[in-house]
Amino acid sequence: MLVITCPYCGVAAEETELHGGGEAHLKRFGPDSSDDDFTGYLFHRENPKGVHFERWRHVNGCGKWFHAARCTNTLEVFGTYKAQTTEPPKDILDTIRAKRPGFKWRDIA
Amino acid sequence: MSDVALALGGASFDGLVKIEELAGQGMVTLRGDLTDKAIVKVVKDVFGVTLPGIRETVFAGSTGALWMSPDEALLLCSYDDAQAKADDLATKLADSHALVVNVSDARAVFQLKGSMMREVIAKLAPVDMSPDAFKPGMVRRTRMAQVAAAFWMDDASTARVVCFRSVAAYMFALLSTAADDASAVNHFTR
Repeated sequence: MLVITCPYCGVAAEETELHGGGEAHLKRFGPDSSDDDFTGYLFHRENPKGVHFERWRHVNGCGKWFHAARCTNTLEVFGTYKAQTTEPPKDILDTIRAKRPGFKWRDIA
Repeated sequence: MSDVALALGGASFDGLVKIEELAGQGMVTLRGDLTDKAIVKVVKDVFGVTLPGIRETVFAGSTGALWMSPDEALLLCSYDDAQAKADDLATKLADSHALVVNVSDARAVFQLKGSMMREVIAKLAPVDMSPDAFKPGMVRRTRMAQVAAAFWMDDASTARVVCFRSVAAYMFALLSTAADDASAVNHFTR
């Protein structure tokens, strides 16, 4: 079972209390962007076996969106952090680097 | 004043715990920064309670406040006072970034009373209900089976459950089933 700790209310919520929101840290390309950028924003998603950064919402709880870094293979959660950020915080990256040396996710390694 | 129409007309059930639909509970939702000193002060003036910390409850006689999220609190008072208090709060918070609404008629409240209260809730919600983990003074917003709910403990054997009025019948059926006399697991009382 996937148990993720909500960074807003501190509850270690199991999966049924949460709702997945897909890949985290997407950069939005809108009007005036190139077709390639727009296609990438709209359709191209990471689907890693291993370290992944995702958005989650504590839907049956405080209702807040947040970010989670986890391993899709083992369901190990490396950490959660608030939604108001465009990249994973350093302490979470350090944790992942220690546990999964050499991991790569988009341009984060 | 006209009679308040409860969702289930004050239904009750006696099993592992006594379940009662409560009348007369006023509820006012406050959205805003709960650490904002101006907001804290106004809530203290109108409801007589300080805003609770994360996942906590604060009570002062018939009024109280429940932590719902970092920017939401549910303020409790008697049903008859709710609208006046909400109006008062909204007026005094006019200059703050906050929203206030009286949600008394949008919710149903159930009281669970009995030594098996923890077990009945534990059957329905993905929450650690062991006495070490969940205590009076805490509130938990979660789901009960398929609907959103929040509950808190008034004392060691009494809890109150709040849900949307539209799912009150579902919640009552759910609680009654979980409190069926033949369904005791005795997990916490063993």
